[in-house]
Amino acid sequence: MNRWLWIILIALGLVAPYVLYPVFVMKLLCFALFACAFNLLLGYTGLLSFGHAAFFGAAAYAAGHSIKVWGFPTELGILTGTLVACLLGVVFGKLAIRRQGIYFAMVTLALAQIVYFVALKSSFTGGEDGLQGVPRGRLLGFIDLNDSLNMYYFVLAIFLFGFWLIARIVDSPFGQVLKAIRENEPRALSLGYDVSRFKLIAFVLSATLSGLAGATKAVVFQFASLTDVNWATSGEVVLMTLVGGVGTITGPMVGAFTVVSLHSRLSWMGSWVTVIVGITFIVCVLVFRRGIVGELQELLRRLRGRPTRARPAAAAQPQATKREA
Amino acid sequence: MSNKTIALAVAAALLAGTAHAQGISGDVVKIGIMNGASGPYAAISGKGSVVAAQMAVEDFGGKVLGKPVQILSADHQNKPDIGSAVAREWIDREGVDMIADMDTSSVALAVQRLATDKGVLTINTGAGSTALTNEQCTPLGIHYAYDTYALAVGIADPVIRAGGDKWFYITADYAFGHSLEENASNVVKATGGKNVGAVRHPFPNNDFSSYLLQAQGSGANVIALANAGQDTTNTIKQAGEFGIGRGEQQLVGLLVFISEVKSLGLQTAQGLKFTDSWYWDMNDETREFTKRFMQRHNAAPTSDQAAVYSAVTQYLKAVEAAGTDQGKAVRAQLGKMTFNDMYHKNAKLRPDGRVVHDMYLMEVKSPKESKSEWDLVKVIDTIPAEKAFIPLSESKCPLVKKSS
Repeated sequence: MNRWLWIILIALGLVAPYVLYPVFVMKLLCFALFACAFNLLLGYTGLLSFGHAAFFGAAAYAAGHSIKVWGFPTELGILTGTLVACLLGVVFGKLAIRRQGIYFAMVTLALAQIVYFVALKSSFTGGEDGLQGVPRGRLLGFIDLNDSLNMYYFVLAIFLFGFWLIARIVDSPFGQVLKAIRENEPRALSLGYDVSRFKLIAFVLSATLSGLAGATKAVVFQFASLTDVNWATSGEVVLMTLVGGVGTITGPMVGAFTVVSLHSRLSWMGSWVTVIVGITFIVCVLVFRRGIVGELQELLRRLRGRPTRARPAAAAQPQATKREA
Repeated sequence: MSNKTIALAVAAALLAGTAHAQGISGDVVKIGIMNGASGPYAAISGKGSVVAAQMAVEDFGGKVLGKPVQILSADHQNKPDIGSAVAREWIDREGVDMIADMDTSSVALAVQRLATDKGVLTINTGAGSTALTNEQCTPLGIHYAYDTYALAVGIADPVIRAGGDKWFYITADYAFGHSLEENASNVVKATGGKNVGAVRHPFPNNDFSSYLLQAQGSGANVIALANAGQDTTNTIKQAGEFGIGRGEQQLVGLLVFISEVKSLGLQTAQGLKFTDSWYWDMNDETREFTKRFMQRHNAAPTSDQAAVYSAVTQYLKAVEAAGTDQGKAVRAQLGKMTFNDMYHKNAKLRPDGRVVHDMYLMEVKSPKESKSEWDLVKVIDTIPAEKAFIPLSESKCPLVKKSS
């Protein structure tokens, strides 16, 4: 990603809490990080996980519990949550990457439902009531996070770190291998890459960063609830990534902003929001399949007179069925 | 400018600041009505609660201490995370001074804690969990209407006296259901009955057949429904399909509002006994309120909606008397008052946040007895205030221990 984009991003991030409601922007950032982490897997490795809420939610519960009950300092609590997501990612990844395409998605969904059930039945999560009243505490012992602005800049720092890490991974040789796997897995294998290992590492990285987002969200809202581990949240993150532009670095962020804003703007309509978001998704799939950012990039490319890139959906499709055949 | 003028200016500014803090914040009193406007409790609270709150403001004259009063409303979709996010935004951005209704215990617990942290009053009329003023009580959280203890006390005694001594519970699996089941089974035990089992269903739920079959085979003679709203009506309707409630086993709804009686119909619901805090057809005052309410809303008010009217009225009175809308001061003022209006009679607010008032045992009329569309139930007994709620001596609220 070029330097200008970074400068714009950081500048927007610094100014945002003075223009918008800080808690809302923090929510945007948490979901943006979640979607970017998810995109690392779907967009760059070509793996569709349908259970990412498990990492997001488990990290939220772990962070909330460690801060509230064990009295961990805030930053350590967030790390605990992230670590839990990472371990969960190793377990899920080990089991799920043995299968491909729709089977991979189903395995991740099934595992995530187990996590949901555990969250529902365990006493420490508070079941349907959620884990309430997580104290925000003090950062490094002296910055009071109950102040919205302090909390905001802390969240912004976490987001920028996560985002930078993802951008770095994507641009690295490791990222190139991931893309190779996405485009043509048998060929990557024939070139001597240990495809399963690369996939597992990508899966764990994605899970860990999703966990970072979930843990941060738990601290922002002082709350972890079943919504965080619900399959609907797994679906939401797929939606965010697709609306924004799968396989683009800023796409998931734009997608997350769009979906979260839609939810917040239309909250007065109650359950109709789901219908509207659904329609948005259908329109997106029918009209601009590359997502918002994907289409914009395409437009720029065309204006500059460069050849168009193949549609990501078309590129990803054969890969899903090849192994089974 | 000389030093003196600067000093004077600073002093004036400080004085203005303190005067402002004692008056009305933001020059407007904002009251947030939060409930599950689209879920299974929509008929109990929902839009009707907002109408009731608006009526209360209008009856008060639309202004308090010369400042306008504004009503905000939101749908928390029965999810505590949405409820607490809305409450946070209301308090941070809108400067909301009091939040009422809530109607879902898990949401109420989350909002009450958050609001107290931010110095904002909550007057909960809709949610039932006793934890709100017991284990999880807060200095600014008020539980204004019924709670699960009051419901259980009212209904368990007459049912057991009539021979229903073996109880099985079908419970909504969240704070409210747990609280209701726990309170009811304690009362049943204390009155000499037996608790033979319980099954928990997700909230909200549509298909109750497996739970009902479990209840049917449990050997109990009372199947108690520790759920509410549409969950309760669905359970009762589906129980009818299995023939439950007609033979030796009887159904007892632990929390029933007249909106449920209405939706079940008198044919299905007749004879059903339940505890409630208010009924529209109790006296001239309640009938007068109901008449005005029904001109704006196409249903008779539930006890929850009536409680919202009363809560907003008493809150505004307290703001006027305290001369400020600052949470702590208004709470202190409310603690000194005796509530008398069309909903409450001589009700008092205790240090734990519990408002103690009479409760009533009601019975659904038969289709023959009913004279009009909303003529649904009759009051058959009164449970006096001092018996209806957990006594302070048994309270687990830390605020009570401190003061004693």
